[in-house]
Amino acid sequence: MMKILVALKRVPDPDTRIRVKEGVLDLDGVKFAVNPFDAIALEQAIRMREQLGDVEVVVVSIGTGDCVEQLRLGLAMGADRALLISGAEAPDSLSVARILADVYRRERPDLVLMGKQAIDDDSNQAGQMLAALLGIGQATFVSKIELVDGRSSACCARETDGGIETITVRLPAVVTTDLRLNEPRYVSLPGIMKARKKPLEEIQLTDPTLKAPARTRVLKLESPPPRKAGIRVRTVDELVEKLRNEAKVI
Amino acid sequence: MRLVNNSLTMSLSKVCLSSLVGGNFLLVETDSNAIFTPEDISSDQRMMADTAARFMDKEVLPNIEALEQQDEGVTPRLFQMAGELGLLGMDVPPEFGGLGVGKTSLLGVEEQFTRLGGFGVTCGAHSGIGTLPLLYFGTEAQKEKYLSKLASGEWMGAYALTETGSGSDALAMRTKATLSADGTHYLLNGTKMWISNTAWAELFTVFAKVDGEHVTAFLVERRFPGVSFGKEEHKLGIKSSSTRRVTLEDARVPVENLLGGIGKGAYIAFNILNAGRFKLGAGALGAARESIKGAARYAMERQQFGRPLAGFGLIQEKLGEMAVRLFAGESAVYRTAGMMEAVFETGELVDSTTPPFPRGLEEFALECSIIKVSCSEILDDVADEALQIHGGYGYTEEFPPARVCRDSRINRIFEGTNEINRLFIPGLLLRRAQRGRLALVEAISRVEGELREISARPSDFEHRGSAGSGGVGSDLGQARSLVENAKRLVLHLFGLIHKKYGEKFSEEQEVVAILSDMIIDIYLAESALLRTAKALGRGKSAGVMADLAMAFVNDAAGRWEGLARKAFAVISEGDQLSQHLATLRSLMRWTPLNGVSIRRRIANRLCEVGSYPALVCLK
Ligand SMILES: Cc1cc2nc3c(=O)[nH]c(=O)nc-3n(C[C@H](O)[C@H](O)[C@H](O)COP(=O)(O)OP(=O)(O)OC[C@H]3O[C@@H](n4cnc5c(N)ncnc54)[C@H](O)[C@@H]3O)c2cc1C
Repeated sequence: MMKILVALKRVPDPDTRIRVKEGVLDLDGVKFAVNPFDAIALEQAIRMREQLGDVEVVVVSIGTGDCVEQLRLGLAMGADRALLISGAEAPDSLSVARILADVYRRERPDLVLMGKQAIDDDSNQAGQMLAALLGIGQATFVSKIELVDGRSSACCARETDGGIETITVRLPAVVTTDLRLNEPRYVSLPGIMKARKKPLEEIQLTDPTLKAPARTRVLKLESPPPRKAGIRVRTVDELVEKLRNEAKVI
Repeated sequence: MRLVNNSLTMSLSKVCLSSLVGGNFLLVETDSNAIFTPEDISSDQRMMADTAARFMDKEVLPNIEALEQQDEGVTPRLFQMAGELGLLGMDVPPEFGGLGVGKTSLLGVEEQFTRLGGFGVTCGAHSGIGTLPLLYFGTEAQKEKYLSKLASGEWMGAYALTETGSGSDALAMRTKATLSADGTHYLLNGTKMWISNTAWAELFTVFAKVDGEHVTAFLVERRFPGVSFGKEEHKLGIKSSSTRRVTLEDARVPVENLLGGIGKGAYIAFNILNAGRFKLGAGALGAARESIKGAARYAMERQQFGRPLAGFGLIQEKLGEMAVRLFAGESAVYRTAGMMEAVFETGELVDSTTPPFPRGLEEFALECSIIKVSCSEILDDVADEALQIHGGYGYTEEFPPARVCRDSRINRIFEGTNEINRLFIPGLLLRRAQRGRLALVEAISRVEGELREISARPSDFEHRGSAGSGGVGSDLGQARSLVENAKRLVLHLFGLIHKKYGEKFSEEQEVVAILSDMIIDIYLAESALLRTAKALGRGKSAGVMADLAMAFVNDAAGRWEGLARKAFAVISEGDQLSQHLATLRSLMRWTPLNGVSIRRRIANRLCEVGSYPALVCLK
């Protein structure tokens, strides 16, 4: 039996407007969702189970009781069981990686699938740090994944600035997903009903090193300046002129 | 009525008993903890609504043009997909392939479907009037045969009651059913008009008179011999829905397909309409939300005189008013859903049909009518003002409001016109009182007593009026008192009108409709206040909610007063009229709030957060 661990982060819904009020986030009325890249990771895990059969998909989330909602969604999509890790205070990427490393040692998965980044802080670090802490292989920004060599390795296509790079990592490994890997399925209503019966375990962090305060600090929050109105150019020459002299980009 | 299963009383503790009697809200005070509100939606229910939302965003709305032109195959494909996602069988128990969840779970999904009016009618007519007759009145064998097909969306359902000559007066139908000589079939003859889903439906619940006399429901398959269909009607709106005639010429319907018993058709027709009206109201909320979102966004982006439209008072007033009305309608719908669900869960049955049907279907007929009338009119007004905010662009097909205006208009016509529903509300109160189901007469005499006391010692009742300045809680308290007084007022009027006209009461339609309008406002105002109180009680910051509820009550106060004046002037004159007006003044003491600044606040917040659900912090 193969085991895949998928990390799900609770983030503000990508369609909500984020507001900063007097230097703090105004979360009144903000809807939360599973980080879209994580949903892609979970979809991948479920597809692998559908393809291979004997695969267990475990979803994990770090945070308060609110995250149960996102875990339930993971279960409704098709995960087999869920873990909620509570007791960490505002963890940064490194703390997340440490906590996930702890979960990894507990669960011993063959593959860790996670989003390449979370759309709230866009750090793009947790996956890489996790692989480094565990001393296992990693493939990031993955847009295609295939198990090879009798499921002992994963052949991954990575989306890099220079183009698609194909690498093979030995399992266990950490794979982080890019947008084009797949399109997550609908959460069907029968799926939601079934999820009610699936196991969801809460684990309180007790290890002080895991609860250690984050190393990064937020100094200030502010809304991006409102976008200036665009202008309409009449000719290509005018466009080139403006790009050269006003925008100074060519 | 008999109690068949008394053990399923789970939710009775949640919702107190007196609130589980239809119409009783008018006679008693309701505890805010006893009502279900949008804030009580569970995360599973929210997830279901999210699935519907994504389905609409990704599959339905991008196909709007094809759907509106009824391009071949588009609706059936999307309908099938909705079925696969489980969106079409929520009422149906799991043993028949449905979800078996209660009315409170339906709301979020219904609100999504109606973001495209025509598609909303297709799905709503299917899972409502198309499926529910079989679900609530079918025998095991009939359910076995058809229900899972409907729940999964493999088959679409339809409901055929109306005829060319009988619309509001549905029981005057001419379609006949005659038993065949060998006793195995009924032969149906007649034409049904305006039947939604006809293009695609496989199963029709058809109403016909057995031997030209006893109104009876039949399950009629599309393929039965003798069944044929007319062309699409050219409609003003909901163009993606199908509406056609169904013609029955010696249509052969097996006797096993007779539903609920011979002559039981009226029970079925009217009780199913309760569910249909409730669904229609719930759906209207979704379309209204969508309109508000579009209007707020447009008002923010469009600049005139160097400012966004949203910066102008008259636009803010419109946006504020849209949110106020939607909030009140929504509060009433969720409250009713909670009550219906609680009664369904008791498992109590009414044995007027064979097999008996759940009491949950008929208990809140009055509330369902209130919801039908109020939400259809809220949506019409919201859609109209959204169009107005879009100016000339709103009058074109470039932006949604033109379509939404066309689509919303039907809601005042089908499932019983709003006139018919308005006449129904006081009539039903009276009938339930006569049957001993509602202590209406006792309540009226209680009020008469109180009013005699008021006229003797008016100062004792002073506190019931004027709004104080003791913060949100005390303002809400004042508003609650005002609503209680509005109940006294309407009960008093009811008594007077009934005394004056007696049995001819229902002939005085204009006055009956006044009672109805007052009752509708009472239910909405009270629901909005109870919802706000419940949220406050949970330590939520109810700032916007209190604004929304108070603005509604503030205007309702004026309407109650105006309507009552009108009615008193119809039923009395001279000294008697003066006396009535004095009573009116003593009951409707209300220092008006600054409705302008409240609506400005609401509009500003709405534009800041971008949508109605975000405004009231609905997740
Ligand atoms: C798009 C569409 C879809 C429909 N889908 C279905 C369906 O799926 N199944 C189905 O069975 N039917 C359906 N109907 C029919 C619909 O329910 C009827 O149109 C409606 O009940 C009104 O009946 P009518 O059109 O005959 O109007 P009428 O009954 O002739 O009413 C005309 C006007 O007179 C008023 N009026 C009537 N009686 C009274 C009275 N006693 N006192 C005061 N005013 C009165 C009405 O309020 C209305 O304003 C549909 C109609 C439309 C337009």
